[in-house]
Amino acid sequence: MSRGIVNQNMTNIIICGVGGQGIILASNVLCSAAFLEGLDVKKSEVHGMAQRGGSVITHVRFGTKVYSPLIEEGTGNFILAFEKLEALRYIHYLKKGGITLVNEREIPPMSVLVGTASYPKDIEKKLKKHGTTYFIDAANVASELGNIRTVNIILLGVLSKFLSFKEESWEQAITENVKQRFVELNITAFHRGRHI
Amino acid sequence: MTKPVHAKTKALLSGNEAVARGAWEAGCTVAAAYPGTPSTEILENIITYPEINTEWSINEKVALEVVAGACFAGARCLTAMKHVGLNVAADPMFTMGYSGVTGGLMIVSADDPGMWSSQNEQDNRHYGRHAKIPILEPSDSDEAKLFTKLGFELSEKFDTPVILRLTTRICHSTCLVDLEDRKEVTIKGYAKDIKKRLVLPAHARLLHVNVEERLKKIAQYSNVFAYNRIERGKKTLGIIASGISYQYAKEVFPNASFLKLSLTFPLPEKLIRKFARKVKKIIVVEEGDPILETEIKALGIKVTGKERIPLCNELTPKVLRESFSKKQKAKTKKDTIPPRPPVLCPGCPHRGVFYVINKLKLVATGDIGCYTLGALPPLNAMDTCICMGASVTNAQGLEKALGKDFSKKLVAVIGDSTFFHSGITGLANAVYNKGNLNLIILDNFTTAMTGHQPHPGTGKLPRGEQGKRIPPEDIARGCGVELIKVVDPDNLKETEAAIKEALTFDGVAVLIFRKPCALLIKPRPPFIIDSELCNGCRLCLRIGCPAISLISPEEREKPLAVIDQALCNGCGLCVQLCNRNAIITPPIK
Repeated sequence: MSRGIVNQNMTNIIICGVGGQGIILASNVLCSAAFLEGLDVKKSEVHGMAQRGGSVITHVRFGTKVYSPLIEEGTGNFILAFEKLEALRYIHYLKKGGITLVNEREIPPMSVLVGTASYPKDIEKKLKKHGTTYFIDAANVASELGNIRTVNIILLGVLSKFLSFKEESWEQAITENVKQRFVELNITAFHRGRHI
Repeated sequence: MTKPVHAKTKALLSGNEAVARGAWEAGCTVAAAYPGTPSTEILENIITYPEINTEWSINEKVALEVVAGACFAGARCLTAMKHVGLNVAADPMFTMGYSGVTGGLMIVSADDPGMWSSQNEQDNRHYGRHAKIPILEPSDSDEAKLFTKLGFELSEKFDTPVILRLTTRICHSTCLVDLEDRKEVTIKGYAKDIKKRLVLPAHARLLHVNVEERLKKIAQYSNVFAYNRIERGKKTLGIIASGISYQYAKEVFPNASFLKLSLTFPLPEKLIRKFARKVKKIIVVEEGDPILETEIKALGIKVTGKERIPLCNELTPKVLRESFSKKQKAKTKKDTIPPRPPVLCPGCPHRGVFYVINKLKLVATGDIGCYTLGALPPLNAMDTCICMGASVTNAQGLEKALGKDFSKKLVAVIGDSTFFHSGITGLANAVYNKGNLNLIILDNFTTAMTGHQPHPGTGKLPRGEQGKRIPPEDIARGCGVELIKVVDPDNLKETEAAIKEALTFDGVAVLIFRKPCALLIKPRPPFIIDSELCNGCRLCLRIGCPAISLISPEEREKPLAVIDQALCNGCGLCVQLCNRNAIITPPIK
């Protein structure tokens, strides 16, 4: 994967996945890093009913001046998806030429579990129609690190390759957002993702 | 491009965190709330400031009355609630509007356009008008903090409670906020003033005259309030907007002139007229109801608004853009994607109860919390959900209409926190009126849906101190309930037996299914499927556990069950369903 250049006037990033995958923490770290880079930042998320194993989407925007905390459909620079079906659900947020980073994981929704719907088989093909798509086996890296819960920060590490933030900003952002005893583990996870 | 450098006094805060910070900086000393999305984190963050005496109240009415008492004492105080919470607290709010304040009183209403976690999409800006209480509407976290502080000042200056009206996208959006120090405000102390606080008809008649005078004064002030401001742009188009709608409008109409309103009730008439003279045409950009639009039209000013912008669902930049786009909406072909609604967590202690309700084909009046998810397939175990506490009373009404026999297949299902919030009165009512209510209390020792806040059934106080615990069974006993049982919901046989006993019992029965929320306990070791024993019968799928699915091994005809080892928390419910003993503890390696 190559390092992309992002317009500093405005960068729009969608982070999506399934409630419980650590999406909100990942978006908090991303916002802190952007803030440490001296940018204006806005983030929007939903709590409560929406979080119990349901589909979760977080909007993160940064640049010189941000008004709306919501990203308009068709204007996303990146989609960072923690689950394949969720990447497909929100792919319409991506702008032409945008980049989608997808965790290889498949989590079947209840309708698929009970057999009233089937998990789409051609997600890869459909995503690639919308822009450049990379698939990442983050669970594999996480299990090497001995903690499956680091998937979110590994994926953030992958995203970091496309943004021009300083490494120190990312490390400080992780330190500020993660419980102290998990800081070292998460910084390691971040670098593993950054060097995939 | 040179990047702006932030001073160290800035922080990234959500709207809710910013309100808490604003209350702290303003010298607030008392705060009370009942949790409710999207307002919950306001009190959760206030709890982190030791200078503020804080409580999780039993419901929103109680919370507002507690802070009203603190207000009588001359303390700056705040209560926060979700939009429907203000329905519960409306009774004290209307009369506090007459009574006015001694210490500043802020009532935070967090509305939920789009109903991300709510049962309706009511627009609480109506409440300010109805109760004649001024409204401040921030458009981001920075203003949320600032307007909380200004709100206390307004409250004391005009002798009125002030509503701070937020929406989901303010509460749960994060942006940069300027931080300042706390300014201590001395608690004035209590002085008897019955003309102000003992609202007898004779006093109230005088107070109402004050309220009307006060509104006129605030309307004048609204014209000079610094955050009601004109932003000069092109004269061909003027936008009037407040709250999050202002941010969306700035994206969609970047070159327009703006009248940005922050003190949105009472409206600044002079300022609006001045703006109207400067621009050729005006669009009022509002989420929800046409409130500003109607009032501005009543001034005789021509504006466009809700004939273009939808009344339903949340406003977004895209919805706003399309509302004024000349192009027909392009119909994009969207893939059919299986929906992913929220589900009860693996190991959720409510699952077994819902399985039995479904199995016995009972009618179940429901209530508000995580357990409302028991209504979804494959459990399908809930028939109604109207408002907090309505499970209890709706069940009683069904029996009144359909007779005692109907109550033999009818249960009311309520969570522990909801029971304390507004189930107790319904229970007492059913006992008193000789109902045959079968009340199921799902007692998971927490307010789970909103992120695990304590309640009287837990006995824990906000900062972790031990309070006095009130077990729900003691309340049932006190109300005169004759059949009370505490049951382990992970034991399906006992669960079924208890429910059957309640259904045949003559009188009110209360069953308390007690087990801590799955997210609060250490997961037990996961189970696995013995693929030699499993015959793919799908019985285990009936409990709707996200950890169990089917796979199709090539050599077998039928797909077999498989348990996701990362998700399973070892509750053992599925083990009790399997006829072939195929769900087992993994052999020790």
